[in-house]
Amino acid sequence: MKQIDLVIVGGGPAGMSAAVAAYDSGVKSILILERDAHLGGILQQCIHNGFGLHRFGEELTGPEYAWRYEQQVLERNIPYLLNTMVLDISPEKVVTATNSEEGVFQIQAKAVILAMGCRERSKGALNIAGTRPSGIFSAGTAQKYVNLKGYMPGKNVVILGSGDIGLIMARRMTLEGAKVHAVCELMPYSGGLARNIEQCLNDFGIPLRLSHTVVEIHGKERLEGVTIAKVDENRRPIPETREYIPCDTLLLSVGLIPENELSKTAGVQLDRVTSGAVVDQDRQTAVEGIFACGNVLHVHDLVDYVSEEAEIAGKSAVAYIQGLTAERTDIPLTTDGKIRYTVPQRITQKKDVTVFFRVADVYRNVTIRVSDGDRVIYSKKKLKVAPGEMESITLRPDQFADAKALSFALEVK
Amino acid sequence: MVRELTCIVCPKGCQLRVELEDGAVKSVTGHTCPRGLQYANDECIHPMRTVTSTVRATDGRVVPVKTDRTIPKETMFACMKLINATVIELPVSVGQILLPDLLGTGANLVATANME
Repeated sequence: MKQIDLVIVGGGPAGMSAAVAAYDSGVKSILILERDAHLGGILQQCIHNGFGLHRFGEELTGPEYAWRYEQQVLERNIPYLLNTMVLDISPEKVVTATNSEEGVFQIQAKAVILAMGCRERSKGALNIAGTRPSGIFSAGTAQKYVNLKGYMPGKNVVILGSGDIGLIMARRMTLEGAKVHAVCELMPYSGGLARNIEQCLNDFGIPLRLSHTVVEIHGKERLEGVTIAKVDENRRPIPETREYIPCDTLLLSVGLIPENELSKTAGVQLDRVTSGAVVDQDRQTAVEGIFACGNVLHVHDLVDYVSEEAEIAGKSAVAYIQGLTAERTDIPLTTDGKIRYTVPQRITQKKDVTVFFRVADVYRNVTIRVSDGDRVIYSKKKLKVAPGEMESITLRPDQFADAKALSFALEVK
Repeated sequence: MVRELTCIVCPKGCQLRVELEDGAVKSVTGHTCPRGLQYANDECIHPMRTVTSTVRATDGRVVPVKTDRTIPKETMFACMKLINATVIELPVSVGQILLPDLLGTGANLVATANME
């Protein structure tokens, strides 16, 4: 069996950034396995700008951001295999993969980094009443058709869900000549970035219908229209608010799910809230030597943060391979519900730890408080927090050194 | 007159408040960086946007493109028309100018990916 120090599953922004960081930290025996025909992952179809402000100090498009990292991979001659599908990862870090040139093959790795990204929540998961005609796409599928294949999926569009991909596609379809009649959002707030509401909807006069959902799909062969309705505070549709909108295309932008089938075969423990692995500050999973980073770990708002997280995983994988660790500890991080989750979920070494977290609702004038029992070890005030925007704080070892457990809470005035 | 804006310069999306007098910007609050201040001024006097799209290549595939600087917002659809009327020869590389000085805006249309 082929022996490789570090196998990275996925050649998107997380995989490439992890590979570069690992290489620069001293491990040269690396292999990236990518199932698509090129490196870059989903960035290749995200042709809009807005990437890279944190990493590169300039505004790049998705393909340009991917190219920056691809160049770094190429400059270092880091090996990668394209059109290669990983079938299985064992807890002993044997990676089974396949491609059309080598058939099925196995690699014994010393460490594995999971960087498989995420996929879109599908229509099946939504249970909308009515028929099942053509013309219903996930926003990402429509994005692929328009931006990579040069093919418009429809002319009259309704978008369900106000995640960033849906907002970006509202603008993209409009620029290409389609009429976007509405973006319906079940929640009373958008899950997308404020700037995207502004530049993708407001710029084109596209209405954002908050607290609205699609309750029925119409049409036999092709979609002919949708019925939308306002929802009450329990998110149940209000019958008297039903409204028919004729359209030939419905795009769904209703959330992303980390793609963790391989993590499960490896015996990695998953977090029920993030649907990603439970990790420590090094992004190491509960299986020693298996790390996770990027959208497979938790869904990020910005690729810049994916790259940053992947660097942590890359460097930590090298430290693991070389047997280097800081002083050990074991502190679980818990949340109060208003804070939905933290990444990492455990602190296992005494060093500076940046904890990322997301909140459950829009809250104003809050205090973020981290405590060990009754002892508050950290607190910070914020004017506004929202589910669509990931927050982070950095803790020093002298703050948490003797802690049994750290609870993350949000105090709302 | 007071205008409330959401800054689009970065993902932070600061809420800006612009005080206008006789069509001129009198004061801006809510921004957290100099670029936000610039955006507030531009947005009230002459809104500018970056356009990203694709251009057809002779082999039928599409190449991702962008304007290499912002263009007046009202010229977006005219630029799209020009972009969609263009067919280019491959190969192209990142940053290559495909259409210079789009509609006299001073912005070039450049490729954002390598394609052979």
